[in-house]
Amino acid sequence: MRIGSAKESYAGDAALFDSRTQYVWVCVLALALCAFPFVASEYWLYLACLVAINIASTTGLNILTGYTGLVSLGQAAFMGLGAYTVAILQIRFASPFILNLLAGGTVAMLAGITVGLPSLRVKGLYLAIATIAAGVMAHFIFSHFSLMGGSGGLTVPPAQFFGIELDDSFKLYWVIVPVAALMLLGAANLFRTRIGRAFIAIRDRDISAEVLGISLLHYKLLAFAISSFYAGVAGGLFVYFFRAVTPESFPLLMSIFFLAAVIVGGMGSILGSILGAVFMTLVPEVLKLIVGWLPVALVGGNATLVLSPIRTIVFGLMIVLFLIFEPHGLAEVWRRIRRLFHLWPFRT
Amino acid sequence: MTIDWWLLFEISLAGLGTGGLYALTGLAFVMIYKATRVVNLAIGEMLMISAYIFFSFSAGMGLPIWLAIPGALLVSGAFGALVERTIIRPMLGESPISSFMVTVGLSSILVGLVELIWTADQQRLPEFLPSKPIQIGEAFVSPKIFYGFWTAVLLIALVLLVFRYWRGGVALRATASDQAAAYSMGINVPRVFSLAWVAAAMIAGVAGIVVGSIGGISSAMGAFGLSVLVVVIFGGLDSVLGALVGGIAVGLIEALTGFYLGGEYKILATFSLLVLILLIRPYGLFGTHEIERL
Repeated sequence: MRIGSAKESYAGDAALFDSRTQYVWVCVLALALCAFPFVASEYWLYLACLVAINIASTTGLNILTGYTGLVSLGQAAFMGLGAYTVAILQIRFASPFILNLLAGGTVAMLAGITVGLPSLRVKGLYLAIATIAAGVMAHFIFSHFSLMGGSGGLTVPPAQFFGIELDDSFKLYWVIVPVAALMLLGAANLFRTRIGRAFIAIRDRDISAEVLGISLLHYKLLAFAISSFYAGVAGGLFVYFFRAVTPESFPLLMSIFFLAAVIVGGMGSILGSILGAVFMTLVPEVLKLIVGWLPVALVGGNATLVLSPIRTIVFGLMIVLFLIFEPHGLAEVWRRIRRLFHLWPFRT
Repeated sequence: MTIDWWLLFEISLAGLGTGGLYALTGLAFVMIYKATRVVNLAIGEMLMISAYIFFSFSAGMGLPIWLAIPGALLVSGAFGALVERTIIRPMLGESPISSFMVTVGLSSILVGLVELIWTADQQRLPEFLPSKPIQIGEAFVSPKIFYGFWTAVLLIALVLLVFRYWRGGVALRATASDQAAAYSMGINVPRVFSLAWVAAAMIAGVAGIVVGSIGGISSAMGAFGLSVLVVVIFGGLDSVLGALVGGIAVGLIEALTGFYLGGEYKILATFSLLVLILLIRPYGLFGTHEIERL
């Protein structure tokens, strides 16, 4: 049984992992992720890429909503901005994809700062509704500017990486998963710095934080900037993955999806972002399987027709049930399981 | 360019008509917010579910209209009570964000249910409003919008009177202004919560039936709720007067931009208005500015 971890230096306190066991497990995970594409089928690779993209975006939203306490329903709009930026750069200039992703993130970041400006005066749910407005305006821009292909959207050629065309899930996996991992690492480290601590202080009580000398203007906008940068990069990955983007690719429902992922995973927890994004992405697929197994009589003959409403219902149910029964999300469930092992013979 | 005043008048009347319905739904929203402090994003979907219940009573079971409407409203009220007891009550004392997200989940469940039971296709409600066009001067008004508007006005007046003089209404207002004080004066606060949800569900139900008979019903009807959201933010989340003024204003703006700029500008115009209002008056036109204590 482990009883605690005594830390002797500030560096030790700020370290991501405090025991060798954790290092070993992370290395095992990394190796497993490297081996995964060689053993998995095309379908599982597709899912893995989708999950990685969603993890990136969910992490961004968790920084804003879970850590800074600013509820946003505009995450899909920021993803869309990033996606369109990447698509246009790729089509017009065929520039290197890393550069495009950064540009996509930057454009989304600038938009995020603009949307964040009212957050100084507008708080709580008023802010959430103001970010819906951002989504509506983004949709309008996407469908009315000829540069963005109008309502038909844009089709994007595959990205180039040292002359290799990234045109299937296997090749894209090697781009998407490392980028997502890098972003996760960045987010995990962020909350060991002054900036991250300031975000948490603002979430807990913004007026008190201001009294402590944290500039609300500065840090709230920074939270919006970082969060929408993550969304923009995730949107860029999204474009390279699906190779097409339309105004309808980023509906309000998608923003709700990410907010739901943050809640289901656990607000204010990096592990929560991962678990939430994985869970929310995989549940529809599991449902597809279940509906496929159901006897025809029960489904009424047409499984695909029933599938979409059932998905919508389960999506809503998950938000409601998690909020009522497990408000701290999957991260809390995970913690409880770990505790069980730590305390094993003494408490079961 | 000369402005065709009669045309402008006609469009404004149409806008006023939808505005009345917005005001009515906004009233339902404000009632829930005042009593329980829940921002109900599912208001559009509650509207939809009532319209569908009415649809299955009238078109499905063939009940006469005078029976189908009260029936649909009763079921809506029961549904409101069910929602309050099962998913809103457990969220008591949680952060406002949590209860807001619960209603987001609720709206998703309702859309799914409607698609599962009645399919996602658009349906038409049976005609029950007179269909003779109404003429005011040289302006014509669609009869449905005309009667819809008057239904909304009458109902709003009724609700305001009831909540001014009826004991339950007084209890609701007392709870809204101070829960703890209301409790200690012997008001059954949990019952007031239920009452607010039941009343709001029924008001939204009336709005749903009228909106459905004007434009048909479909599982995308909840989009009406987005405009209502603009209405209540415009007027202030906890202001009845704000909901009424906001409803009319948003209705007019939607109708005018829809006519002069085109339908796709409607939602852009209303949401631009929303952002503008939030920047100038973050708590809406008539909302209370909350004072925070540390």
